Amino acid sequence: MNAFKIIVLAKQVPDTRNVGKDAMKADGTVNRAVLPAIFNPEDLHALEQALRIKDQFPESIITLLTMGPVRAAEILREGFYRGADDGILLTDRAFAGSDTLATSYSLSCAIKKIKDFDIIICGRQAIDGDTAQVGPQVAEKLHIPQITYCEEIQAIDKKKITVKRRLERGVEVVECALPVLITVNNSAPHCRPRNAKRLMKFKHATTMSKHQETGGDYLATENANTHLSIKEWGISNIDCEHVQLGLAGSPTKVKKVDNIVFQSKESKRIDDFDEDISLLMKELIDSHIIG
Amino acid sequence: MANFFTDNPDLKFHLDHPLMQRIVALKENQYKDKNDPMAIGFDYAPQDFEDAMDSYNQVLEIVGEICGDIIGPNAESVDHDGPTLKDGNVVYAKGTQENIDAIVKAGLMGISLPRKFGGLNFCIIPYVMAADIVSRADAGFANIWGLQDCAETINDFADEIQKEKYLKRVCNGETMAMTLTEPDAGSDLQAVMLKAHYDEGKKTWLLNGVKRFITNGGGEISLVLARSEERTQDGRGLSMFIYDRANGGVTVRRLENKLGIKGSPTCELVFKDAPAELCGQRKFGLIKYVMALMNSARLGIIAQSVGIGEAAYREALGYAKKRMQFGKPIIEFPAVYEMLAVMKAKVTASRSLLYETARFVDMYKSLSHISNERDLTKEEKEEMKKYQKLADMYTPLGKSLASEFCNEIAYDALQIHGGSGFMKDYPIERIYRDARITSIYEGTTQLQVVAAIRGVTTGAYLAQMKEYEKEPIKPETESYQRILIHMTEQYEEAEARVVVQNAEFIDFHARRLVEMAGNIIMGYLLLMDVQRNHEYWKTLEVFLKFARAKNAANSTFIGYSNLNDLGKFKYENVSL
Repeated sequence: MNAFKIIVLAKQVPDTRNVGKDAMKADGTVNRAVLPAIFNPEDLHALEQALRIKDQFPESIITLLTMGPVRAAEILREGFYRGADDGILLTDRAFAGSDTLATSYSLSCAIKKIKDFDIIICGRQAIDGDTAQVGPQVAEKLHIPQITYCEEIQAIDKKKITVKRRLERGVEVVECALPVLITVNNSAPHCRPRNAKRLMKFKHATTMSKHQETGGDYLATENANTHLSIKEWGISNIDCEHVQLGLAGSPTKVKKVDNIVFQSKESKRIDDFDEDISLLMKELIDSHIIG
Repeated sequence: MANFFTDNPDLKFHLDHPLMQRIVALKENQYKDKNDPMAIGFDYAPQDFEDAMDSYNQVLEIVGEICGDIIGPNAESVDHDGPTLKDGNVVYAKGTQENIDAIVKAGLMGISLPRKFGGLNFCIIPYVMAADIVSRADAGFANIWGLQDCAETINDFADEIQKEKYLKRVCNGETMAMTLTEPDAGSDLQAVMLKAHYDEGKKTWLLNGVKRFITNGGGEISLVLARSEERTQDGRGLSMFIYDRANGGVTVRRLENKLGIKGSPTCELVFKDAPAELCGQRKFGLIKYVMALMNSARLGIIAQSVGIGEAAYREALGYAKKRMQFGKPIIEFPAVYEMLAVMKAKVTASRSLLYETARFVDMYKSLSHISNERDLTKEEKEEMKKYQKLADMYTPLGKSLASEFCNEIAYDALQIHGGSGFMKDYPIERIYRDARITSIYEGTTQLQVVAAIRGVTTGAYLAQMKEYEKEPIKPETESYQRILIHMTEQYEEAEARVVVQNAEFIDFHARRLVEMAGNIIMGYLLLMDVQRNHEYWKTLEVFLKFARAKNAANSTFIGYSNLNDLGKFKYENVSL
């Protein structure tokens, strides 16, 4: 039977969907303290695509890979609750301040260490940076093909994968050999809910550093419940050039951030008289908004 | 992005009741699953009380999220599309199927079943709370999901092979049906005629006949009440059977076109030599198993009533805040805010009654399951008896009062919407239609009263009121207690006036007395709630104003009536 080794790239992001008025600091940077940290929504769509492959081929193994602070282990647990088999937290002070280039470099080094994979799936973009660059850059660094804007994985076997892409003006169905990297759109199906039993089983899963911090017994955890320890990789665990990491490896420098407030420039009041309505209709038809 | 658990602090409040420590310890049998080296696959068992409560909270968050994001938003299309019948099989509406898929993927079937069958082994409280939440999202769907109650009955009475066979399937997401009613056997289940006979050749029981009004009659596994004893007429000739839809022999002949809960398929079933397994002992079908099944189903309807009431209240509140008339939101008019406050008081009071009842059920069920493993101590045995009695008393009381409240709340909620509420444009018209069934099925209010009046005549409710009266309270809440003591005296007088007369007179006033008892008990429960969280004082105050007036009216009715009055009410004697 077919089984696939799938890596899902995920990011913990501030929840910019529920932005209040104190979401930005005076200096124009995101005030992370007031925004809850969540699983980047399109990465959840990516996880769902991976889980659907696993539904079809239950022997498949899904490994979640995230880079971020220790706290990002939260989204690995989130992933376990929904069905991911394994999780790796790439965390090290040396990664701090990474732009997309440094991020994709670090991730690709971690993936090279994982080595054995058929498919990498990630969200199209993260809601904090909205660059949509990391997925494609990872594919380039690994020298594998990439399929962006995926809405549905229609078929998969050991030789090839068939993917429906959602593009601005329509859909495109493409085929590709494995291994491949796929980025998933938000038009793809939502991720399934957390599973009650998996939640109760994995809620105690932590990284070693967190576990030791809270005074847990290192050896006991390692031996008794392997599923309860989240793999934690720092720069010493992956083969990488330090100059390409973090701030040093990030050519992007933010010069200035502007606060943009969307507002309508003009408004027109129309009463519910027949005359007014037919005028509005005419205007809408003339400007090709309707008709 | 809505969460129907976290947005309702009432739920967390009841989940954190002090008795939970005891209840969970009993249910988890001193947390032994976690440390049982033979228990493979029990790695989700809790280590201790805190761990279990944390799991309850987090799993209810999943329920709340699915309800807020999937089931609630699907409710309108499900109500509109409804299930369809295709070649004798039920096809759910698209939204219903999505709901089921989400619930199954989230592992929310078999919530209260033991781990060895793949269940979550939760106690009744979080299970009932999930029913409360699901009902707020879509009352019709709450039925399809809530029929996992039947599995509880299999767990209580079936043999080990049957448990192994069927309970695992339920935990994996197969749906169930409770197949009791027939065209001539509704409230009077003793009249069930569906025939069961044992076929020596095929070595199986075969069922023949017709069942009607069967909720989710197309479900994979059904519990069927059938007449196994030839030449019998009453309840003692009935046995309970497990029917597996995979074995065939049953067609869905018709789907009812209903006023409400339209997403939940109500089926007419034709059994033609349908093979089935006997569940438990012959002849105990109605008198033991169906009684147990009905009790847990009734608890489910109390939860459904509370959930629907919650939904209706929220719709009304939201509308009243937004709707501007005479230059201000209508919520600012006394006529409107008065209605809303009473609605809120009714939801809160019936919810307190719901969880009090659920705690009683939890206590006796856990003790009874432990009694299968070891002998209970004398104290434990007494405790089990006490709580079973309380559960039996509170269930019909809760079912009758909560379902009537649910209807009243839905009526007022629609009223607050004015003309808009009468249109299909707002959810309230669906909620209003859905509410209507709660006081009818699983035994009408009138039948609940027949069961509950025993709690009046035996003095059992009164004894409970006296128990509550003894609870220590904060000095600033003593005035509420005085009101309740006064209401209790009024109730005692009314009861004394009625019970000295004949049975017909008791039946005549039964509903009034049961209502009075229920109002006092709910008042006491709210008073207890205020002890734990002072924020309930306003609700208590509003509820007492309402309940006191209601009880006074009932007491007046009873006070001004005597045996001779009955004739004036009888149809044949009405001359106009």
